[in-house]
Amino acid sequence: MTVGIGGWGSRRKPMTLIRALLRTDVTDLHVVSYGGPEVGILAAAGRLRHLTFAFVSPDVPNPITGGSVPGLDPHFRSARQAGAFSATELDEGMMLLGLQAAAWRVPFLPTRVGLGSDVTRLDPNLRTVRSPYPGPDGGEGEELIAQPAIALDAALVHLDVGDERGNAAFTGADPYFDDLMLEAAAEGYVSVERIVPTEDLVDAAGDVTRLRVGRLFTTGIVEAPGGAAPTECPPAYGRDDDWQSAWFKTTKDPEARDAMLEEWIRG
Amino acid sequence: MVDPVRRADVCVAAVADCFSGDGGILANPIGVIPMIGGRLARAAFEPALMMTDGEATLIANAAATVPADERVVETYNPYRRMFDVVWSGRRHVMMGASQIDRHGNQNIAALGPDPQRPKVQLLGLRGAPGNTIHDTTSYWVPRHSPQVFVAAVDVVCGVGYDRAAELSPVAARDHEIRRVVSDLGVFDFESADHTMRIRSLHPGVDLDAVVAATGFDLVVPDDVPTSREPTPEELALLDEVIDPDGTRYREVPDPA
Repeated sequence: MTVGIGGWGSRRKPMTLIRALLRTDVTDLHVVSYGGPEVGILAAAGRLRHLTFAFVSPDVPNPITGGSVPGLDPHFRSARQAGAFSATELDEGMMLLGLQAAAWRVPFLPTRVGLGSDVTRLDPNLRTVRSPYPGPDGGEGEELIAQPAIALDAALVHLDVGDERGNAAFTGADPYFDDLMLEAAAEGYVSVERIVPTEDLVDAAGDVTRLRVGRLFTTGIVEAPGGAAPTECPPAYGRDDDWQSAWFKTTKDPEARDAMLEEWIRG
Repeated sequence: MVDPVRRADVCVAAVADCFSGDGGILANPIGVIPMIGGRLARAAFEPALMMTDGEATLIANAAATVPADERVVETYNPYRRMFDVVWSGRRHVMMGASQIDRHGNQNIAALGPDPQRPKVQLLGLRGAPGNTIHDTTSYWVPRHSPQVFVAAVDVVCGVGYDRAAELSPVAARDHEIRRVVSDLGVFDFESADHTMRIRSLHPGVDLDAVVAATGFDLVVPDDVPTSREPTPEELALLDEVIDPDGTRYREVPDPA
């Protein structure tokens, strides 16, 4: 099963839904994600068969500035180095185009992204396509990467506020790619910090432009306060650096890792 | 007595100079010294540059680190919008490099011969293929070493000049690796065959040390220039506005 996971890095990841997934016996997952700590968690739990990714880098505190920087997730790293799952590695923008192609139901979208780089070596199935239109000089059309559609069986996203019918809004600064994940998926599951009556949705969201997710694209919605923790969900709460750093420290100790994972899954 | 030149200040000025002449584009330096250098470029000589807050907006503030409630927002720029900017060609990014070769190919994805079973997993491709094919790119290397400046990178993430030369002219029309700035010097690709050339060495850095710290043959000009120091006006901007806490000195310490 191919599952798209919303958010970006350690930002607004659908962790309550991930936890619920881990309480089932679903395994053999193909995960598509702008990866944060959920990737290392799924890998450590032995649920990951294949990963489509441009990065897996949870944000961590920057010792120099006190801000944050993209860190390396040691659980992801150790599982990848051990060959625990296979992977399709692509550019961040190629992932966007793959999801967009799936959402628009076309087989691929053309792009210059990837030309000259090792993406075609990393993914031998990746093809190029020649433009049927002449180039600017009137000559042969240019060759482009044909990013294939990344169709999802399901998408899991966490937003700030929604209604019982499956409409939802983000109230932080960035919608990330959550709406696109839902549009690229056969089934879309949304958790939200709080559910309000539909007539209160615009007010709760702040303004109408924040109603990014419509029920045309959602299969199920659930109220899950703190549903992104330990990742951040601004303005409601920040990243739980203590949890994340304690989790990362268990990489070399499988017993401690499994115990912490078990405790986290139980909640 | 004149104060000794501080290495971090030279690096910051070298980064700033990378953006000289860029005009009204998105200057997107990633990292501590790059962000400070980019802010210096805008404050000192390239006022039209647009710059990010590292999150979802482009801001006008001069300071390198700005609390959220003090940001002067010019426009909204969430992650998805960034691709519109990058693919429009209106950006100059400065990325890091775990490995870089003489052609300017960059690796941040993985180390080892088999990318499907990496010896060391790094960040991933991130946006490097798209950045380098669509826009001017520079690199920042805080610790110049033969492990970073390598004969051949293990995974080509950012596209170098040899790879770009194999593409059609229209595909490669926006490709430019402008500079590599390290703690030892400034490098460019303005040689006959677009291989890495010493543009300048920072004050006090000796050529032999740079040659020893580089895993390939650099193009060495007959007279190797010395990297410039920031002007007194630039130093005042750095100390008073852009980086009053001196975070730059923590990323690049002064040589012993």
